[in-house]
Amino acid sequence: MGSTSDQHGNGGVGRRTLIKRSAALGIVSVPAVSLLSACASGDSGSDDKVKKGTKSKNNPLAVNESAALSVVIFDGGFGTKYATDANAQYKKAFPKAKVNFHATQKIQSELQPKFNGGTPPDLIDNSGAEQMDMGVLVGKKQLADLTPLLDAPSVDDPSKKVRDTLRPGIVEMGQFDGDPVWIMYYAYTVYGVWYSQTALDKLDSQYPEDWDAMLALCAKAKKKGIAGWTYAGKYPYYLPFSLYPFIAKIGGREVLDKIDNLEPNAWKDPAVKAAFEAYYELYKKGYILKGTPGIDHIQSQTEWAKGKALFIPNGSWVENESAKVIPKDFNLAVGAPSSLDSSDKMPFGTIWASGGEPFIVPAKAANVEGGMEQLRIMLSEASSKNFTSQVKSLSAFNGGTDGIELTPGLKSGVAALEKAGDNVVNPRLQDWYVKLQKEQIGVAGLGEMMAGRLTPAEAIKKIQGYADAAAKDQSVKHYKHQ
Amino acid sequence: MQHGKYRFIVGFLVAPLALYAIFVIWPFIQSIYYSFTDWTGLSPDFKMVGFDNYTRLLHDDIFWKSLQHSVIFVVLLPLVTLSLALFFAFMLNVGGRRRKGAAVAGVRGSGFYKIAYFFPQVLSVTIVALLFRFIYNPSGGLLNSALDAIGLGSFQPQWLGDPTWALWAVMAVLVWSTVGFFVVLFSAGMASIPKDFYEAALLDGASRITTFFKITLPLLWDTIQSGWVYMGILALGAEAFSAVNIMTVGPGGPDYSTTVLPLYVYQSAFRDANAAYATTIGVALLIVTLLFAAIVMRLGRRDRLEY
Repeated sequence: MGSTSDQHGNGGVGRRTLIKRSAALGIVSVPAVSLLSACASGDSGSDDKVKKGTKSKNNPLAVNESAALSVVIFDGGFGTKYATDANAQYKKAFPKAKVNFHATQKIQSELQPKFNGGTPPDLIDNSGAEQMDMGVLVGKKQLADLTPLLDAPSVDDPSKKVRDTLRPGIVEMGQFDGDPVWIMYYAYTVYGVWYSQTALDKLDSQYPEDWDAMLALCAKAKKKGIAGWTYAGKYPYYLPFSLYPFIAKIGGREVLDKIDNLEPNAWKDPAVKAAFEAYYELYKKGYILKGTPGIDHIQSQTEWAKGKALFIPNGSWVENESAKVIPKDFNLAVGAPSSLDSSDKMPFGTIWASGGEPFIVPAKAANVEGGMEQLRIMLSEASSKNFTSQVKSLSAFNGGTDGIELTPGLKSGVAALEKAGDNVVNPRLQDWYVKLQKEQIGVAGLGEMMAGRLTPAEAIKKIQGYADAAAKDQSVKHYKHQ
Repeated sequence: MQHGKYRFIVGFLVAPLALYAIFVIWPFIQSIYYSFTDWTGLSPDFKMVGFDNYTRLLHDDIFWKSLQHSVIFVVLLPLVTLSLALFFAFMLNVGGRRRKGAAVAGVRGSGFYKIAYFFPQVLSVTIVALLFRFIYNPSGGLLNSALDAIGLGSFQPQWLGDPTWALWAVMAVLVWSTVGFFVVLFSAGMASIPKDFYEAALLDGASRITTFFKITLPLLWDTIQSGWVYMGILALGAEAFSAVNIMTVGPGGPDYSTTVLPLYVYQSAFRDANAAYATTIGVALLIVTLLFAAIVMRLGRRDRLEY
């Protein structure tokens, strides 16, 4: 007699059936759907802003001296010490204020619910893999206009406005369509082709100024068992760091502007094709380090630091990020893209440099003035120097490198900027259209091409398709170069 | 004595049902509601957009790719994992040579194998995925070095870097990390099958294969079915998501070859700041899950043996 069976009909629900049914309902509850509404749209953003303080010479932004300040910093390649040092400065200026400091790598997962609920912190370093989409934040009016900060007197020289102490392009980068400035990029990153001068010396070579020299050098290295290039194969959106300025160099900066503006056929420009073909040749001739398409940025940087490859497209954070694996006598340097040929529109030295580490002050923050004041302190010469000497990167503050000993990479970055002069390009795809840049152009386009699975022509066609789709996508806010 | 039976049952069920309604049913209703809005997830204001998100879904290649991969996962993963686990469990418990005094026994060293199989289960999927990222590393990773060592130096796939391999590489990791659990589960199930069944079969001269299909499998059917459901959850949900998110290029790549539905939900909500669209994909995932549950329940129905 099977008492646990549901076969005999006493009308009730047998134990097994019950268990089975509840199992069925159980799995239904598992998928991610319910996860999403866990952070579902909160109530209205309650407007509990702190009162403004009194404006004075030392307090031009009228910060409430006793209001708490909450700061969230991305804990990435730069660490967080530079930020806690700045917090200490704030504390000194406003002894009655309580400073809440929080460091995280999960910017979006931690802060998205707070934005949604209307209780964001006062200052955020919106950086890293979990960067919140700035276009959406601006479009949904979640950010405070930083114009008061830029018009405030600088800490070092009260006769100068903060905006006059910044590197060229920093203010414009923080704007999206029009006057308000939404983002303060604190770091200043030099992108390009990074290499070891020592390794080139060993090959009796100089950094190749044109593409023929590049190919010749790669051939020479290959004979010695060294690959020419490697890159973050799992995140091929590192390739543009040297590829985009290469395109601008060949065809002029308008080509990049058209690409950023998502204009039809922007990718079909001959300059794009020429640049893609040049890079593809690296693959075809076997100058790319074996296994590159399957390794991540740390692995590729390590192989490169070990001398297995000469060149890697990267940004100036690489010096700090790879500090542990870069040998002492490495003599790190950055090169601008080599010329393709003499008909290039821009001179050798054209480089991509732009703001990094985007800091934002949420519009709904309780202490908006405090957040801006903290930024003002960070943009002083002393804080900027502190940042540069700690993390081997330039800051948005123009200058601030005198009197500190520059590391080789940083020195080379400063030299590259001097050489570039006005020929600094600043492609915006990576901050305007994150998905397009990373997943579609990067992984599905460039990554596939450099792994040899797409020809340049196919890659261009595919990327143009994605760009057209992004241009048509109404759920994405579109931007144009002014 | 049926009087008041239902009132009695309901009395006990009120609290759990209320909890279930609040924490399971209500979020579902909310999700479905949000799928008709243009909510970004970064701001509390949004408006209704009707079926826009669904129209978009139907024309979204990435969604269809994710769906296809999730379906492959939910069909193949349970099949492969459970078959392997059944085989292993059978060998460990019943498949050994006949020794004196015992009609059925496992292969030599089965105690050790049991531990070896179960071991990955104590590691979280995050650690397993990180570990395999190094194993799959095309230059100097364990796998390619091993291929090299056995003279297959010319066959050196990029594994996670190649669209033809990546999905299978991820699936292999999930199989490796979950099969041990089912070996133990099925071992327990087999241990509860009365020994005299096997002895009777032996007396009749049944081979191992016959024993397996005529005795072990039918008597284990309930356990296998639970295993199937459980494995389906892993394949559609968190486990597949973590493995893909940690191991693959992009993640989800190369060229969308490994993207799965939960990953796409996550990316839409937390990278593209399009939470409404994410809930729409979530609703699609819900439908897939319901279909899976329905099919498993339907196929699993068969006569039950009582012992």
